[in-house]
Formats: sequence, C-alpha cells, structure tokens
Amino acid sequence: MRNLPGLVTVLAVAGVLCALPFLLSDYHVSLAAQVGIFFIAILGLNILTGYTGQISIGHGAFMAIGGYTTAVLSRDHHTNLVLTMVVAFAICFVVGLIVGLPALRLSGVYLALVTFALAISIPQIPLQYSKFLGGSGGVQSSRTVDNLWIYAAAWTASAILFVLAWLILRGRIGRAFRAVRDSEIAAVASGVELPVYKTLAFGISAAYAGVAGSLFVLATNGFAQPSEFDVFLSLELLIGVAIAGLGSLWGILAGAAFVGLLPQISTSVPVIGAEHGRDVVFGAAVILVMLLVPDGFAGLLARLRRLARA
Amino acid sequence: MTALLELQDVEARYGPVHVLHGISLAVQEGSIVAVLGPNGAGKTTTLRAVSGTVRRSGRIAFDGQPLGRLGPAAVTRLGVAHVPEGRGTFAELTVWENLRLGAYTRRGSIQPELERVFSYFPWLSDRRRQEAGTLSGGEQQMLALARAFVLRPRLLLLDEPSLGLAPVLVAELFRIVRQMNKDEGLTVLIVEQNAHLALEAAHAGYVLEAGRVVLAGTSEELQADDSIRRSYLGY
Amino acid sequence: MATVESSPRPSFRSRRTDVGSLPVVLVLLLGAAIFLLVGCLQSTNFARLTVEGLASGAVYSSLALALVLIYRATHVINFAQGELAMLTTYVAYQLIQWGLPYWGAFFATLAISFALGLVLEVALIRPVLHRSVIATVIVTVGLFILIDGVVNWVWGADLKFMPSPFGNGAFNLGGVAILHLYVGMLAVVAASVLLVWALFRFTKLGLGMRAAAVRPAAAALVGVRVDRMLAIGWGLAAVLGAVAGLMAEPSQLFLSPTLMQSILVYAFAAAVLGGLESPAGAVVGGLTIGVSISLVIGYVPQISSELQLPFAFLVLLIVLLVKPSGLFGRREVRRV
Repeated sequence: MRNLPGLVTVLAVAGVLCALPFLLSDYHVSLAAQVGIFFIAILGLNILTGYTGQISIGHGAFMAIGGYTTAVLSRDHHTNLVLTMVVAFAICFVVGLIVGLPALRLSGVYLALVTFALAISIPQIPLQYSKFLGGSGGVQSSRTVDNLWIYAAAWTASAILFVLAWLILRGRIGRAFRAVRDSEIAAVASGVELPVYKTLAFGISAAYAGVAGSLFVLATNGFAQPSEFDVFLSLELLIGVAIAGLGSLWGILAGAAFVGLLPQISTSVPVIGAEHGRDVVFGAAVILVMLLVPDGFAGLLARLRRLARA
Repeated sequence: MTALLELQDVEARYGPVHVLHGISLAVQEGSIVAVLGPNGAGKTTTLRAVSGTVRRSGRIAFDGQPLGRLGPAAVTRLGVAHVPEGRGTFAELTVWENLRLGAYTRRGSIQPELERVFSYFPWLSDRRRQEAGTLSGGEQQMLALARAFVLRPRLLLLDEPSLGLAPVLVAELFRIVRQMNKDEGLTVLIVEQNAHLALEAAHAGYVLEAGRVVLAGTSEELQADDSIRRSYLGY
Repeated sequence: MATVESSPRPSFRSRRTDVGSLPVVLVLLLGAAIFLLVGCLQSTNFARLTVEGLASGAVYSSLALALVLIYRATHVINFAQGELAMLTTYVAYQLIQWGLPYWGAFFATLAISFALGLVLEVALIRPVLHRSVIATVIVTVGLFILIDGVVNWVWGADLKFMPSPFGNGAFNLGGVAILHLYVGMLAVVAASVLLVWALFRFTKLGLGMRAAAVRPAAAALVGVRVDRMLAIGWGLAAVLGAVAGLMAEPSQLFLSPTLMQSILVYAFAAAVLGGLESPAGAVVGGLTIGVSISLVIGYVPQISSELQLPFAFLVLLIVLLVKPSGLFGRREVRRV
C-alpha cells in the first residue's frame, strides 16, 4: 500500500478501535466486528485482484473452507479457537496455492468465470458429503463466543494481517505482483517468475479469506452451514475490493464498511420490505459507485488530494 | 470557388501527444491532391482528422459544411470514403460482404453500384464468396478501394495505398484511381510515401513536416523544383 | 483501479483460423450423434434421458447464445444474464396474471426484453466499457444482485404457478413417451436461434452488427454506428435469454427467483465449451452439456443430481485449461 498513513494516523485508528466497544451497544459492536471480518478478506483479495490483477469471484469458497475448519476442529477436537484460525490460515494457503496453479492458465474474464462457477458449486459439497461436513444441517463448534470476543479477535487479526500485507507488498514480492498486473509480457521479459508470483498471490489471498471465514462462523454462533457461503458472499468480497480501489488502507476500510454495513442498514429501508431492501439498495449502490467512481475509494481520495493541493 | 474540402488551422492529438500543429489545405472538387512528407509528419493523421477518427480542433469543412465533432460514421454518411492504412478489410467476411458494407449508408438496392465496381475490378466478381482474409495483399488493397467506391463517395481519402504492393499492382491501382477521377469526377486526397508516383497522378500537392504544411503547389511546380525534390521528396 | 488484462482482447493477439481441429470436432460430434441414436434405439430409458437432456440443453443453448452474442459484441461477460432472463419470465407471468393469453404474453415479453437489454447497455455498460475489466464485471455483478432483490420485492420468493403452453400430453414414438413439453422447448428454442441466425446472415443490419463486433474501427469507417449495434446486440441477447427463461420454467413446474442461477452456470460451461465467440458452438455446447448431465446422472450412481453443478464447473475448468478457445473457437496465440 503506497499510501501507508503516518504512524500517528495508525495509532489514532488503533485508539479509536480500542475505545469503540465501550461506546457502542452490543449490536453495533457485532456490526463493527463484521466490518473487521470483511476487512481481512478484502485485504487478502486486494492482494490478488488489485495487485496481481487476477479476478476471483470465488473467495467465498476459501472463507467456507476456513469456517468449516474452525467448526469441525472445534466440534471434533475441542481445539482452541485461535489455534483453529491459524490452522485455517495454513490450510487455505495451501489450497489457494493449489487453486492458483490452474488459474495460471486463465486470466481476466476467464478466471472470473471459473471462480464464479466455483463459488456456486462449492456449497453443494457439504450437501454431498454430509456425514463429515454436516450436510444442510451444518456443523456446530463446541464453544461459542460473544460479540466482544469476535470484535477483539477480528480487529487484532486485522492489525496483524495488515502489517504482514504491508511488509509483503513493499518488498520484492510486492514489486513482482505489480509487474504481473501491469503487463505480464513485460514482467516475464524482465525475469519475473510468473507462475510463482501468481500462485503465491492466490495462496496469500486464500489464507486471509480463511481466517475471515473462521471469524465469520464464530460470529454466527459457531455454526457453519452451506447457505452462509453462497455465491453472494463471493460477490460481496469482490465488490468490496472494487469499492476499495487500489493502494489505500482507507479504501479497504471503506470497502469493508460498504459490504459489512450497507446490507444491514438497508434492511430498514422503508418502502422496500426488510428482506429485499437489502439487495435492491446494495445492488443499486454497487452499480452507482462503479459508474461514478470506477477507481474506488482510493481513486476518490487521490482526486480529493489533488484538488486540495490545487 | 469553394473547395470541396477545406482545412483551416487543424490540430490533432493522440492523447497527450500533439501531432498536427495547424494544418491548412484545400482540395478542389474533381481534383487529386497528394499529401507528402517524411515519416511521422502527420500525413495519416491529417486523413484521420477529416474522417473524424482522431481528436481534432480547428475548422474542417466538407462542401461548405463544417464537420465539427462528427465521428467517422457520420462523416462517411456525408459521402467521404476513407481507405485507411492497412486497408481496413473485414478479413473474416466474404468479398461480397465487404463490398456490401461499403455501401452500408446507402438505402435500397446497390446493384448498379456493384456493377460499376465490377467494371473496374472484373476479377472481384468471381471471388464474391471468398473470405477476404485469404486474398493476397494486393487483392485486399483493390478490394478496399472497390469497397470505398461502392459508396459512390464525393471524396476519397487514400492512405498509403502502395504500401507493401508489387510495382505492377501499384501502377494498376493508380491507373484505376485516375480513371475514377476522370470518368466520375471523384475527388481524391491521397497520402503517399512514393512521392514520385503520387505527383504523377495528382493535380496538386502539400508537403508536411512535423505536423505543419511546409510546401504547397501544383504537381508540376513541386516536380519541377530540384531542391524541393531532393530534400523533401527524396529523389 | 487496476487495469486487468484479459486474454480475449484481440488487439494484443494474432488470430489464426484453427482449421486443424475443426474436422476432428465434427467427427467427434458425428460419433456422439451416432452413439446417441444407437442408444435410443436400444433402450427406452436411454431415449427418455436423451430427449430430456436435449430439451434442457436447448435452454442452456439459448442462454449460452445470449452470452456469446454479448461477448462477441462487447467483450463483456454478462454475469447478470441469467437473472435478466428470470426477470423477463416474471414479466410474462405478470402479463398472464393480467389476462393475456400465453403466446400473447410470450411475444410481448420478447419485445420488452429487447427494450430492456438495449437500455441496460446504454445506461450501465457503455459508461464502463472502456474502463477496466473489473469495472464491467462489478457492474454486471451489481445488476445480478439488484435484479434478484427487485424480483423478490415485487413478486416475493414464493413459488408461482405458470401454465405450460404445451400441456401434459406426450407423443408415442416406438414405445417411448416423448412429452409435448420437450418437443415444444426444442422447437421454440430452435425457431428463435434460427431467426437470430437469419438476421445476422441475411440482413444489412446483421452484417453491420457482425462488422461492428469483429472490427469496430473499420466498421465505423464504412458508416456503421458501432454504438447502436452494440446496444441492439444486447437487446437481442436479452430476447434469447427471455426465451431460455420462458422455456426453463415449464420444466421446473414452478417459477421462483432461483430459476436461472444454476442454468447460468450450465450456460457458461456451454458457451466456453463451444467457444466464447462462436454462436454455433454455444448451441452445440448447450445440447452437449444437457445430454451429458442427463445421461451421467441417469447411469452413474455415484453422481447424484446434487453434483450437477460441480460437474459443470469441472467441464468449464477442463475446457479452459485444455482448449480455451472451445470446440469451434479460433485459437488466439498469446505469447508469454
């Protein structure tokens, strides 16, 4: 992230985050936790799509893997919940690397197509293998946690993973990622090992999604079921990345807030009934944002900065 | 007498790169005018400015009517046929379909136009169903010319027609253009690397350099002046 | 936003006509056709499954053709194509509720779909066409969500009953009961596909659309209004999608908002299998997928109907990895 805000800003944000739980009601804390969860997933997906330019509409699948990992480990082995998140991170990293391999031969819309189909097909798997994966009934973890726990876990993980991402992206790997995005042909010509970096990006983004998935399941009472990980989840993640734009921490926050909060807020849209207001408002908002601010929040910020300077 | 085509202080750019820095020229109806000059002088861009394929400013008037911000489709409908560099042939479509597209802006039957075209290019008639991409380079150039001709344009913009063509074909092409000009009064604005050939066919010429007109005159004047020939026209 | 390079854009690639594989493909198809014919003659069960497969395949073909049309014209994958088809099916439902006879509603819906497709292209797609691939993907995704919400809001998620225009009867062909429904589905889709084909092949408008799709710059130089052609392309695609939705509904017995979600995946698989820029490929691909799914589920016990979608996903993945240009596509050489 080129526009890493100064240390002061970071500390300020951290301070606000620490203070929030004392200021908000429990319901709002759960909302803030949701934003944190999406922050992690979008941060990861941003590395893949924003930086290496590979479009994935299937990262909900990785969230599912992470979520189910947590639920199953907890149900069968009563594993410490934080440990399950680490395991989810590792498993999803490996799965992401594996998925990244065929993805090497695809790009652009083709990759979007395949990941879209993946996202729609994945919820079918637990239905088929219901003995281990609980079928449509789902899997229940052995321990549940309250909203404050999730809030703390989500934002702590966000902080850690954000620093990790920053370290990765400012170094050689980050430059390689950007080279892949801007021109694959040029990147290869200058010696960038395409397959390694493209696959690596997949693995990293999948790992992040896995952690987000774990938290996601914990946030729904520790209950993992196929209907939670439908195609709309993957769509929301991609939308979050697009809203975020490229190269700005604030952008990712904006994206996470958009995806995490807007559906909840629009439930109370007066004319359109509770359930469906959500989709109508969300869909319309997404389209409007893309038409008006195609570079996402980051682009908007950049434009405002230029205006301020002039 | 107002010229059929008039350019006044026309500027054009590709994104941030300005290519034309104020071109002024006039093409009288029924004449053949050549645009000459070294590579990168802006010859092709001048044609593109007329057909509306590039961002331009300044005044361009066709038959007295300013073209303003009209795009290529609209300009074509006014009777301007642009045969671009690289011919613009629809390789995936048949010869007949290419010709049919030439007359896209015409309503009703184009039979008489087709017959006229086949009288100039008799061999095309046999190749109607052939995929245009399988024609040779020279044949594609002729097809491009034929396609422009089906429109029965008032102004023909020809961009580097001799590029990549064998001398025999080039001679044939110029013969046909001169004939069209003589028989039908077709006005032609031609960009050509082969200055000698162009000036032989043209009535007048403009020499461009770095986006500006540096010389203008009748073809006799341009051909006669030795120093001009050597420094600008390369022979 | 990052500009994502998409492999299908022709400007970076050279195109070679993939003549080599076409005879092979045709031979394979002929072999498959013979296999099916023999199987149908041998077993009534096989025949039944094949006819069912062809009928569902026809629906996939129609939607796949819509996807291909749009892709050829604008190089956009319209993720909302299925939802759009679902929406227009609900429009037909509403018209019938208001008293129109089925076929009146059918044709009225086609007209409305055309207009809708046109408007969508102008309002939503044209502004983002020249921007990144991601922008167009997101817009169609947003449209997906929006339409889903609107339909749920206006009509609700409960199942609706729509009368089948073909009735419940069946033809008896050598001991096999072939539902009127399946024949009807095949006939309607075949008719619409043929009409669209004729439009492209024989009319000046169709020629203009083809020219605009394949070489927009050259098309503009002959006076084709490329923008207009793209909009009409979207309109036609919406019509084909409407046909798919209207024909899908009777076989699913009830109308619900989830009508087209899985069909979209099959249509994607069909379009890719046939070649994203090949209309003929879309038709062949759709029928192939339809018949394959039907036969596989019928004869392979391990694969139940729940694995249909993953099966289609695998087909999609394998085709894209092995022969990305599909059965009928021209191979695009991408040097890296």
